[in-house]
Amino acid sequence: MVKSGTIILNTAARLMMPLQLLFSVFLLLRGHDEPGGGFIAGLVAAGAFTLYLFAFGVSATKQVLRMVDPRDLIGVGLLLGMVSVFPAWFMGQAFLTAQWWTIPIIDFKASTVLIFDIGVYLAVLGSVLAMVMTLMEVDKDEP
Amino acid sequence: MQLAVMGGFILAGMAPLLHHWFGARTPLVMAILPLSMAMWLMGQWPTIAAGDVLLLEWAWVPALGITLTFLIDGLAWLFAMLITVIGALVLIYTGDYLKGHRDLPRFLVVIVAFMMSMLGLVLSDNLVTLFVFWELTSITSYLLIGFNHTDLTARKSAQQGLFVTVAGGLALMAGLVMLGVAGGSWSLSELNAMGDVLREHDLYTPLLICVLLGAFTKSAQFPFHFWLPNAMAAPTPVSAYLHSATMVKAGIYLLARLQPSLGGTEMWIIILSVVGAFTMFTGAFLAIRNTNVKKLLAYSTVMALGTLTMLLGIGTEGALIAFVTFLLAHSLYKGALFMVAGILDHETGTKDVTAMGGLRHVMPKTTLVACIAALSLAGLPPLLGFVGKELMLESVLAADHFDMLILMLAFIAAFLTLAVAAVMVLKPFFGKRRETPKTPHEAPTGMLAGPAMLATLSLLLGLMPGVLDSLVTATVEQMGVAGPDVHLALWHGINLPLILSLVSLALGALVYRHWDRVRARLARLDPLLARGPEAGYEALMAWVVVFSEWQTRVLQNGYMRNYILVMILTLIALIGNSLLLRHAPQLAFHLDVQFHEAVVVGMMVMGALFATIARSRLGAVVSVGIMGFSIALTFIQFSAPDLGITQLLVETLTVILLVLVLFRLPRFSTLSNPLERVRDVIVAGCMGGMITLLVLTSWSIDQFVPISGYMIENSVPLAHGRNIVNVILVDYRSLDTLGEIFVLALAAIGVFAMLKFRAPERSVKQGAAAKENADG
Amino acid sequence: MEPLMAVAIGLLYAAAIFLMLRRSIVKLVIGLMLLSNAANLLIFTSAGMTRGAPPLIPDGMPGPLGTIADPLPQAVVLTAIVIAFGVLAFAVVLIRRAYEIVKADDLDKMKDTDT
Repeated sequence: MVKSGTIILNTAARLMMPLQLLFSVFLLLRGHDEPGGGFIAGLVAAGAFTLYLFAFGVSATKQVLRMVDPRDLIGVGLLLGMVSVFPAWFMGQAFLTAQWWTIPIIDFKASTVLIFDIGVYLAVLGSVLAMVMTLMEVDKDEP
Repeated sequence: MQLAVMGGFILAGMAPLLHHWFGARTPLVMAILPLSMAMWLMGQWPTIAAGDVLLLEWAWVPALGITLTFLIDGLAWLFAMLITVIGALVLIYTGDYLKGHRDLPRFLVVIVAFMMSMLGLVLSDNLVTLFVFWELTSITSYLLIGFNHTDLTARKSAQQGLFVTVAGGLALMAGLVMLGVAGGSWSLSELNAMGDVLREHDLYTPLLICVLLGAFTKSAQFPFHFWLPNAMAAPTPVSAYLHSATMVKAGIYLLARLQPSLGGTEMWIIILSVVGAFTMFTGAFLAIRNTNVKKLLAYSTVMALGTLTMLLGIGTEGALIAFVTFLLAHSLYKGALFMVAGILDHETGTKDVTAMGGLRHVMPKTTLVACIAALSLAGLPPLLGFVGKELMLESVLAADHFDMLILMLAFIAAFLTLAVAAVMVLKPFFGKRRETPKTPHEAPTGMLAGPAMLATLSLLLGLMPGVLDSLVTATVEQMGVAGPDVHLALWHGINLPLILSLVSLALGALVYRHWDRVRARLARLDPLLARGPEAGYEALMAWVVVFSEWQTRVLQNGYMRNYILVMILTLIALIGNSLLLRHAPQLAFHLDVQFHEAVVVGMMVMGALFATIARSRLGAVVSVGIMGFSIALTFIQFSAPDLGITQLLVETLTVILLVLVLFRLPRFSTLSNPLERVRDVIVAGCMGGMITLLVLTSWSIDQFVPISGYMIENSVPLAHGRNIVNVILVDYRSLDTLGEIFVLALAAIGVFAMLKFRAPERSVKQGAAAKENADG
Repeated sequence: MEPLMAVAIGLLYAAAIFLMLRRSIVKLVIGLMLLSNAANLLIFTSAGMTRGAPPLIPDGMPGPLGTIADPLPQAVVLTAIVIAFGVLAFAVVLIRRAYEIVKADDLDKMKDTDT
């Protein structure tokens, strides 16, 4: 039922998607200090792919995603969320205690918190994308 | 040691993998674990023998005072030794008993998990962890009884065992919680030091009753004894291990453990000694009626458990010494006899003793082992069973309460047990050779090793009981007797117990001689026994089913809106009650509204209201969308940028979702009559009004200091983040967030599964379509 | 501002519950959407409403300047919004499947477990 193929939508989607994805990563990384964060960034990224889905359809979007299945993103996201739990354990602290390391040359503060937020990002992106893509696929099958 | 136990659970989980690698030798490989634990325990022996206590602490849930602390003293050491040594032997035995069985890996998983639970149970110093391990043994026992899950009786017995022990487990939980509250500590060793406080405490009576219910159900005391013989549906290694040597002794262990803190009162003595004595009698009495070799043994186990409980009830120094000796003796001979029973079943294909005979010619080694173990069961010299029985009779003679009653029951039980022992050995192994369903051979080495070793121990320890002095001393000391005077000996001189033994020997021989006739006589009692506790259990279960059917019909009538209505009305009643009656709402406020804010809120409300009266799906979706965007604006106006962005994005995605799905659904239709609508408007109005009141009240009541102050203060110094909302999400409350992304992932997987996994239906449709095409 | 919000939330709840009591499943879904939004607003407003002071700390400062809005309800609501979306998607798809099988919009026709 979703008709793809208007020129404006197609062009907009093609140009917007990389920008939107870049923006979502920006939101993700600055989320700890300014408005943003994993949830919002994940939703923005999902919005980018959804726009592309509407413009070009499921198979084209799958090509863009290459080998990555949205469901794998969910899995990786949850895994990262879980992984960020353990460093504290090795340091002898309670689970989920945040650990901070400074990467010297670029003066970038890495932390389990960031890993956790990336996990949230991927889980949100994967979940939303999996839902929308499945729905659209089923839609395509049924006239 | 904690690590070893936890590692044991992991090893249990790896059993299928190990089976892949080692094949039929897996049980032997897995037996290394309990054996090495036994070695370790042996290494600790000097400490224990010196009367010291080994305390291994490991915080688990420190906030609740739950620690995984292992306490190894004499009592725990004795039980741990029994569990590991018999466990290793049982594993070796299993290797041959279940050779080539399809489900061997599954069996190993559960039995090793059980072994570790049981170890955890006897080593725990913390009431909570003790209870956790207690329940784990119940569950693993359930899985093991129901191992032959294709067999209806096995399933039923497993369920019965589970219900009885878990019902007791619930009582035990209540009891342990009361114990913890009364003593103000969750540590067994601390509780044991404050016995006087506990015995005087108001909660003592309910606490004791609950704990005893737990222990009695687990240890198959009358009137809960019926599940144990039924549990014989399990494979024989399980019967030998769980249902004679270890699990059923968990209740006994608990009682022994709590003897210093709860024991010694009138109530304790009376309940334990009477219930124990009665169980002992019931077990022996019911045993003699059976011809099934495993049931014979099961009932005699009931008898032994009764004896142990009774000895704890008597509680004198002599009784406790007898308790430890009898416990050890019983575990050794009963484990051996069960394994022999398994050999008989395995080799002859029948469990009926009357169908076997003259097996000594084909399996001489098994015969020898069986004879030794049975002599110990019968309590004849020179075996450990004799020492135990003599001590038991001696302490019964010295009992303060009901000594005549107990003595009589003990005496009857003694000579009936003797007859049982005779039946167990003489019927299958001696006499005329009989044809059996399978042609018997000598048992394989693996199956013979276990019983042989246990029987040898029975014999050696019986000849030199003095070896056990230090162990018994260390154990009895932990049960509240300071500096006991322990001298175990085979020969106590000619005294009253010995005379009683001799008389019981004669009577037992008599019963054995006329066993067929005795059984025929006892068969007349069947109608009476059919009304026993087991019938009560069946009736209760039937009643539970009837009751749940009735309440399901009443409460779950299948009308969605009735459920919702009931929930809403309950909510209104509960919140309304506390809102209006307990906190009179204070509605002092000032209205400070700016025009643009009011417009946004107005749009929000209009959107919601229009959604309720919209006649088309599109109208409803649009009005919900308007509401959603107005909410996003409100968020942004009132200092929540993160929320505003999220709401906007979600609102967009929601519209897409609805476009994709909602328009595949039917058009709006009006199904309810006007009267129902009026009712619903009233209910909805009440709820809305109440929520308004609730929100207004919540501002006027200031009961707590909000915790967000802490979060704001520490956001930069501790969490290195300047967006506090995000810091809360990923740092302060990250566990919640973790749970939330899991929920989201589950929802996505659910959507995927619902839409994709319907292949059969689709293929039917496609098939039909293909057919049509072909026809066309 | 708060009293106005209280009234608005009350109305949202009322609308949501009225819709959820309908027999038509599509109305039930819309009712669910209203309900989750109303609940989010309820939590959001329960900590009071502050204008123009988002819970952000300026760069280089150890703490916020002056009073800021309570961040905790915001964090709670943020996840709630996303979860509500997930649940809504699930519910919508569930209903779609149910409709395909039962072929009726009427909840009263879905009272058997074996259809």
